[in-house]
Amino acid sequence: MVSVPHGGELVQLDVVDPLNDAFNGYDKSLMLPVSKETEATVLNIASGVLSPLTGFMGEEDCKTVLDSMRLSDDTPWSIPVLLHVASSFTPQVRDEIVLTDEGGSPLANLLIDERFKIDRKEYAEKVYGTSDPAHPGVARIFSSPDSVLAGRIRRFAARPGDPFSDVTLAPRETRVLFGEKSWRTIVAFQTRNPPHLSHEYVQKTALAFADGLFINPVLGKKKVGDFRDEVIVAAYKALIRNYYPQNCCVLSVLHYEMQYAGPREAIMHAIMRKNFGCTHIAIGRDHAGVGSYYRPYAAQEIFKEFPDLGITPLFFREFFYCRKCAGMANEKTCPHGEDDHLTISGTRLRELLDGGESPPKEVMRPEVASVIMSDPDPFVR
Amino acid sequence: MTKYTTVSLPVTLHKRVEKLIAEKEGFKSVSDYVTYILREVVAMHETEKTPAPFTSKDVEVIKSRLKALGYI
Repeated sequence: MVSVPHGGELVQLDVVDPLNDAFNGYDKSLMLPVSKETEATVLNIASGVLSPLTGFMGEEDCKTVLDSMRLSDDTPWSIPVLLHVASSFTPQVRDEIVLTDEGGSPLANLLIDERFKIDRKEYAEKVYGTSDPAHPGVARIFSSPDSVLAGRIRRFAARPGDPFSDVTLAPRETRVLFGEKSWRTIVAFQTRNPPHLSHEYVQKTALAFADGLFINPVLGKKKVGDFRDEVIVAAYKALIRNYYPQNCCVLSVLHYEMQYAGPREAIMHAIMRKNFGCTHIAIGRDHAGVGSYYRPYAAQEIFKEFPDLGITPLFFREFFYCRKCAGMANEKTCPHGEDDHLTISGTRLRELLDGGESPPKEVMRPEVASVIMSDPDPFVR
Repeated sequence: MTKYTTVSLPVTLHKRVEKLIAEKEGFKSVSDYVTYILREVVAMHETEKTPAPFTSKDVEVIKSRLKALGYI
């Protein structure tokens, strides 16, 4: 049986036409343009990915999340979901505003419940474990206003024109899909890169005892040098087509801004996949990490604090190809030294692919490499 | 800040838990242990009474989209 929604109820907000009267007649002072990343958050609230949230968090929830990784009703939650606004944006409590995209098209109605300020240094230290501005999440919070609006999203405007709509499923859709496939155990796999063989082995090891695999790449804001979203999706399609049995795997993307919050973000990743109906989630080495801010397995250790999370983490060591084992292995299964292991850094892999050179087949499937190399510009420049 | 309240336990049980957590890593106090266990048990019971998130009519609409996209 699929997981119950987090907090007990799957949030499904009304979706209406962007031309609906609900978005008309507002004074310009009540219109708030938001970034693409906030737009994705609004979509995730509306579709239930962030259940049980029905809007942006108030001060009490924000405090309990920062202090004890729980909402004020004790539901596990590890990163605040906030709507930062400039102090010059003047609407007050009980005003209803319209969130718009960067082009001014209506996105959602939001009823303001609260307005408060956060201490950004405290936020950074609690969420990211550091206030080093070189950390991308810290830089992001330091560049956001400290003024925050809290409130419920009342209506959400349908978003036509998403180039990934054919591979974007909402939680209600994955729940029905898993039921149709008669899957009772579903392992989620979070990724933000095209698949290497090491990813494939994590997925297949998990699949060995689960009914189905839910591959859920994160699409959205990227750093220079990252793979473009189109390439990630095409690469996964090639892998699944060539190397996965039929009816054991579902590919669907998630529009979401990575926070690079390591352990705390691993918990959020698990909660979102629980809302899709997954019963398990694969957590590897340095999950959601960046640089050397987190211990390699900190994102696994944190799950001990959540006996009531409602989704079971599966912990994996990193896989690599071992020449002596003549196959994929990890430090738990392979007795040989590093000299026998074929590993390749992400930077070197990008250099090879960028130069039109296929990586060793023990690192990346040729079909996956071929898809990447056939793209005229696979990287964010 | 998380608020706390007091729950009474039989002294004998409290002593047993104290002994147990002294032999294990991970729990700083009897309160920590009891909170952990209660969260686990309460979550299990809450799960049992969760309503279905959609109607059979919703399911048909969803299936149509899933078919159109080639998922089923």
